[in-house]
Amino acid sequence: MGRKILFVTTDQQRYDTLGCNGGALARTPVVDRLAAAGIRYERAHPQSTVCMPSRSTMLTGQHPSTHGVWMNGIPLPTDAPSVAATLRDAGYRTALIGKAHFQPYLDPFLRFVENALGREGTVPPGGQHRGFEHLEFATHGATGPMHYTRWLFENHPEAFGGFYPVLDGSFQVNAEGGGDTGAPQVKVNPIDPGWYHTDWVAQRTIDWIDSLADDDDFFCWMSFPDPHHPWDPPQSEVGRIDWREVPLPPGYPEDPARREAILDAKPRHWRMWYDGQLVSNYEAPAQWVPATLTADQVREVNARNAVECELIDEALGRVLGRIAARGWEQDLDVIFTTDHGELQGDFGLLFKGPYHVDALMRLPLVWRPAPSAGITPSVVSRPVGLVDLAPTFCAIAVRFPEEWMQGSALPVDDTDADARGFERVLTEWDSELFGVDVHLRTVTRSGWVCTAYRPGSVHDGSEGELYDLADDPLQQRNLWDDPDRASVKTDLLADLWDHQPPPRPQRLELEAPV
Amino acid sequence: MSSVTAGRATVRRQVRIAAPPDTVWEILGDPGRIQEWFPGIVASTVEGTTRQVTTGSGVVIPEKIITNDHLQRRFQYRITAPFVREHLSTIDVLDVGDGTSLVVYAADADPSTMALVVGGAGGNALKFLRELLEGVH
Repeated sequence: MGRKILFVTTDQQRYDTLGCNGGALARTPVVDRLAAAGIRYERAHPQSTVCMPSRSTMLTGQHPSTHGVWMNGIPLPTDAPSVAATLRDAGYRTALIGKAHFQPYLDPFLRFVENALGREGTVPPGGQHRGFEHLEFATHGATGPMHYTRWLFENHPEAFGGFYPVLDGSFQVNAEGGGDTGAPQVKVNPIDPGWYHTDWVAQRTIDWIDSLADDDDFFCWMSFPDPHHPWDPPQSEVGRIDWREVPLPPGYPEDPARREAILDAKPRHWRMWYDGQLVSNYEAPAQWVPATLTADQVREVNARNAVECELIDEALGRVLGRIAARGWEQDLDVIFTTDHGELQGDFGLLFKGPYHVDALMRLPLVWRPAPSAGITPSVVSRPVGLVDLAPTFCAIAVRFPEEWMQGSALPVDDTDADARGFERVLTEWDSELFGVDVHLRTVTRSGWVCTAYRPGSVHDGSEGELYDLADDPLQQRNLWDDPDRASVKTDLLADLWDHQPPPRPQRLELEAPV
Repeated sequence: MSSVTAGRATVRRQVRIAAPPDTVWEILGDPGRIQEWFPGIVASTVEGTTRQVTTGSGVVIPEKIITNDHLQRRFQYRITAPFVREHLSTIDVLDVGDGTSLVVYAADADPSTMALVVGGAGGNALKFLRELLEGVH
């Protein structure tokens, strides 16, 4: 028997939502304990700040340019490389339970195999799909052809209508407000917590783990759809955190004049979106104008987000308890992370998009190695990426990384990181939606974040962002045009362009909004 | 590639197929054969200028055939279901002159998202059609 891997992902969770990362709103004792016993990463970045490209990076170990899923709505080819297939070939039992999103969700034709599987069962035709032998899907509510949707409909149909409708009548991301403050994507959901998708994902994971033999090794990707909007956790749990007592996040300048001055110093799409003049991507409600966001709405969104983070933490605790009951605790590796962050009030904005700042890029990442491996707990400050996860899984399984993987196994401490060259992490954004195209390339290195904008319908190619993370942790002072930082910018840009990943030979086409 | 005015958008996809335009048109110009080349459509019925297609999810979509021009090799149809305020898809088969064809699928729709849902599926269908006619399937 070898080490077993529980890979836990959430969706759209900020770094500062965990207690171990300094978060004070949500109580996350389970992840905090994993961090204390393992390795906590202080500068883990995604390679894309939206779901499909980022999740494809986790699975393939490749940057978006290389795996080809350059924006949401582009399906990852079913024959794309997969670390799950590598592990399965090594004898691991494999499962993915929760949110996958390697293929588009908006699929009335049901032409994507993962959507079809939601109707047909949990074992894919041929015995595996992308290396997973068992798949059960859920997403943000009771929507789409997901296993969770079907389960809820068959078992608790009365709870079906309690969720927030993710899309509006025009199939756009819904802008409708709710709760106490009218914040977008907020709704009172009377669902029983035991029927909510967080608990469902945990319970289905427990059931799959219970189905394994004592001598099985496993790779289980447990993928929670929360705390991604809509913010509609079970109403019985909302009282855990009174939004009226939630402090405004430090990234939210309450004074509109100051907020707008910060935005005006950034490339123009920031302010254009804020003012409702530009919709560059599908991931935020097109009918919502960020300038209308109030301080109380920021408080309520943060409170509900924190409740969802707490529910995830508790659900993870139940899964870990079950694994321990099977006697596997000493040989279990747990990796906890997310696909990207959430603006959550920073700069007066919500949701996500082509905005390469810590709100979207600095991710929670905790690796609790199997105690039997004898790895000393530590904190890693050097930059790492989600692209490093696949090689890490290989290392845990005592496998060489596949040659198609572009990252390296996560460092166990800063000394290890320095010895193995963890100097930079790259993030990219490309979107082309209804005549608006935006293209960003970012390098985070040596305490700086540098983003170059390629020409598009909004930018002429001269714009950029440069932030000193030590002096400006909230990224409110763009130094791109500061002559005193010209040499730093030049060096970072040279490094950025020198390390761009190779593009996929044939560009994949956008096939759906999301 | 695509553009939008207010709630309306257009999405266009194209493929080059190593088959003469008449061969391509033989399939595309027959509205009752759409399920042969459009993944996600599992059945269709045609009565006059009305077509109903059934998707893989079981949704039945009513359509009105607007143009079926065998000389220009152009086929146009509108989805008339209430989930679109307006829709027009246009399929053109163009003679490149070397025994191959350029096939273009353009979807115009309001709401804009439906242009991408239909146009994206149409683009995938063109790739499937290419494989079908070039002998991959």
